[in-house]
Amino acid sequence: MHSSLWNDIPSFWYLILSALLFSLGVVGFLIKRTLITVFMSIELMLNAVNLSFVTFAHDWHQVKGQIFVFFVMMVAAAEAAVGLAIIISIYRSRATLNVDQIDLMKL
Amino acid sequence: MTAHLHLWLIPLLPFAGFLVNGLLGKRLPKALVSAVALGFPLASLAVVVRASVLFLSLKPQPIAWAVTYASWINAGPLHVDFTFLLDQLTVLMLLIVTGVGFLIHVYSVGYMAHEDGYWRYFSYLNLFLFFMTVLVLAENYLLMFVGWEGVGLASYLLIGFYFERKSAADAGKKAFVVNRIGDFGFLLGMFLLLSQFGSLSFTQIGVSLAANPAMQGGILTAIALCLVLGACGKSAQIPLYVWLPDAMEGPTPVSALIHAATMVTAGVYMISRTHFLFDRSPFALAVVALIGAATAFFAATIALVQTDIKRVLAYSTISQLGYMFLGCGVAAYSAAVFHLMTHAFFKALLFLAAGSVIHGLNGEQDMRKMGGLWKKLPVTFWTMTAGVFAIAGFFPFAGFFSKDAILYEAFQHGALGKGLYVVGLVTALLTSFYMFRLWYLTFFGESRATDHEHHPHESPWSMLTPLVILALLSIGGGWVGIERFGAYLAPVVGSVTDPALEAGGKSLDLTLSVIAVVVALLGLLIAHVFYFRKNDRAAKLAAAASGPYGLLVHKYWIDELYHNVIVTPLVLGSRYILGWVGEGVIVRGSAWLLGGVATLLGELVRRWQSGNLRSYSAWLAAGAAALLFFAVVGAVLGIGGTELRMVWVGH
Amino acid sequence: MHLILFLIFAGFCLAGAVNLLLQTHPINSALSLIVVMSSLAVLYLLLGAEFLAIAQIIVYAGAVMVLFTFVVMLLNVGEEEKTHGSKVAKIVGFPAIFVFFSVITTVLLEAQRRLDMLKMGGIQLSDAMTTIRELSQVLFTDMLLPFELTSVLILIAILGAVALARKEGHS
Repeated sequence: MHSSLWNDIPSFWYLILSALLFSLGVVGFLIKRTLITVFMSIELMLNAVNLSFVTFAHDWHQVKGQIFVFFVMMVAAAEAAVGLAIIISIYRSRATLNVDQIDLMKL
Repeated sequence: MTAHLHLWLIPLLPFAGFLVNGLLGKRLPKALVSAVALGFPLASLAVVVRASVLFLSLKPQPIAWAVTYASWINAGPLHVDFTFLLDQLTVLMLLIVTGVGFLIHVYSVGYMAHEDGYWRYFSYLNLFLFFMTVLVLAENYLLMFVGWEGVGLASYLLIGFYFERKSAADAGKKAFVVNRIGDFGFLLGMFLLLSQFGSLSFTQIGVSLAANPAMQGGILTAIALCLVLGACGKSAQIPLYVWLPDAMEGPTPVSALIHAATMVTAGVYMISRTHFLFDRSPFALAVVALIGAATAFFAATIALVQTDIKRVLAYSTISQLGYMFLGCGVAAYSAAVFHLMTHAFFKALLFLAAGSVIHGLNGEQDMRKMGGLWKKLPVTFWTMTAGVFAIAGFFPFAGFFSKDAILYEAFQHGALGKGLYVVGLVTALLTSFYMFRLWYLTFFGESRATDHEHHPHESPWSMLTPLVILALLSIGGGWVGIERFGAYLAPVVGSVTDPALEAGGKSLDLTLSVIAVVVALLGLLIAHVFYFRKNDRAAKLAAAASGPYGLLVHKYWIDELYHNVIVTPLVLGSRYILGWVGEGVIVRGSAWLLGGVATLLGELVRRWQSGNLRSYSAWLAAGAAALLFFAVVGAVLGIGGTELRMVWVGH
Repeated sequence: MHLILFLIFAGFCLAGAVNLLLQTHPINSALSLIVVMSSLAVLYLLLGAEFLAIAQIIVYAGAVMVLFTFVVMLLNVGEEEKTHGSKVAKIVGFPAIFVFFSVITTVLLEAQRRLDMLKMGGIQLSDAMTTIRELSQVLFTDMLLPFELTSVLILIAILGAVALARKEGHS
């Protein structure tokens, strides 16, 4: 019947997947030592959130969820562009992309 | 009839004098300072005289008149007002205070003429008048306490007038501290009164007591004893008399005014004013009588061997105050007040005359260096003679009548009274002896002065006029007689037993009077034998009885006893508390603590700012997780303002 | 059917994510991320968001990740060095992640349990797709202002990127 798992997946599973991806993104954010890879983890986190938005948009039959995802994508793209430009600048001035060695935030 | 008596002027005029001289006196010429200093008390005296005349001429008889100027304290059940009370006792005290006070002001103009700080002296003296009049006019304990404390302050300021002298400064401090101990008793008495009667007003307490005739002893004894402690402090009785001899460090007119005529009588006045309280506690009255008699005898013995003329008079004052306490203790309040009045006359006279002698001898106070002055200081000699005869109790001088009244009342007061009578009689003998000793040593014989540069000279008339007036009062002041005096004060203090009305009273009174005069003559004779001509009888007697003599010369070692037993431990203790606890623990300790804590926290927090990106991101993640956690937990538990709602928005 | 598709592509997502963490060379991480993006696109399709699926491929996998790859190659970033910056990251961070994940899971499980009667969204392949018409109707009417602002945002990003990436000294 229609209520079997074959056809009818609970949206709960999508949300768990989203949570997992987000957590993996945070893990990467914490343990990776190259600046670019850290940035990639951030992108992973954003994507996880997008997934949960889309899931809820589907559940609640609202288009606004997908619109939000649309905007997130736009902003992520812009952010990626600028962020990578910054990474390039850092590399130029410090010749390294190791996060542990870029600590001139210290006074 | 409530004519405007303007009682408020009586204290405020001297206070104005204090302000003017205190603030501006340094820059004003001396004549102006004197004018201000004399003018305001004279004005106050004028107001007193007018008020007295108006009051006493009320028909059919004067009744006590209370006027409230403002409400002072209005806190819950406690109501205290600025209220002045005028009755026969107040009139008498005011006349003494302002009258004798004014005379002493006049005297001071001459005596202090060459002093620095002339303006300061007079401003303090006016301040004293202000507080004393407040004390006397007050209608409740609290206002009286204001005056009480204030005269203590003025006394401190004036004793330590020569503040550059360490002995004077110490004497001022001693007076103030010992008075404070007495004030503690006064305060305790006030607190107990408040808890018992809910009011500090004399009229209200009197009314409460009258409405409750069965109330005796118990709490009233406690209140009375506390108040007696205060009176002992102010009136220099055992055990708080030690400040008065040292107070002679102040200028002589100060000794005359404050430590003879007015301030020290405040204790006696207080007891008489609130006699209705003491009447309910026979035990307290007995204590007062015993203290009075003991002090009178004790001080008289010390006065026997003193060599400083002012010290003799100081101990004499303590002794005479003991007589007044004795009078109060046998519930003969009008007799005590009568003696207060006559004592004010002759003691002020004696002090001022002594000051005239000292002034004439250019500062010499040791009687062993005096002698042969009766020709050189005639006016001083004759006025002082009047004073000496008055205090010794010779008929018809003032002291005879008042001392006799007290002794008669004591004798009538049961077995204890008869014992006290004997003590009083012996003290009268001693009084006569040491006063005539003083008289002979100062004025008679060959001059024993060691200072041959200055010759003794008579004082100016500004100093002599008050002496003459006081001498006249000492001679004639007692003639009003105790019967009329008692009748005058009866509305205030209750009547005293009239010898004329008692069976056999008049003959007893006559007998006792004769005994008193005989005793006084005896004292004069003994003094004559020892001191009229230069001889060594006194020295031989002193050598023969060297034990008692040494005890007397050292004032029974009381000062040393107090110092070692009370003062030294207190000083050590307070030094310990101030130094160790106060400065060490509290000040330095807390500073160290605060500094330490700040540094420690700083060290901890500093490590957080490492500059390391990964640690920053870790803390970020931790913070976000914590927020989420607490939001959910709060929502689940229902606290924290978040709500967990599971809503299905519909298919 | 849905189940199989979901399991496969969710697996790809997770595999890619884990690989991103495990690889040491950034280029490998980038390629793994591309795999994740693409799988997500398929998942969007399964959820009925056709426009978003395509946008994901075009924008994310096709532009952003390519940009990443460019930069990695441009900078010639080598393998990761093993430096130890701080231990705090692991000591504080991992428990935080653990807490975070468990809280989310608990909430979701709770929701699932409570709304089981109403069946918290079963997702079926036969559910209607969100057409572009619906999407654009909302986007260009209700959401017009944010849309325009996003354009401005992208413009600023371009300018910023250009300004940043220029070599110093050039005017």
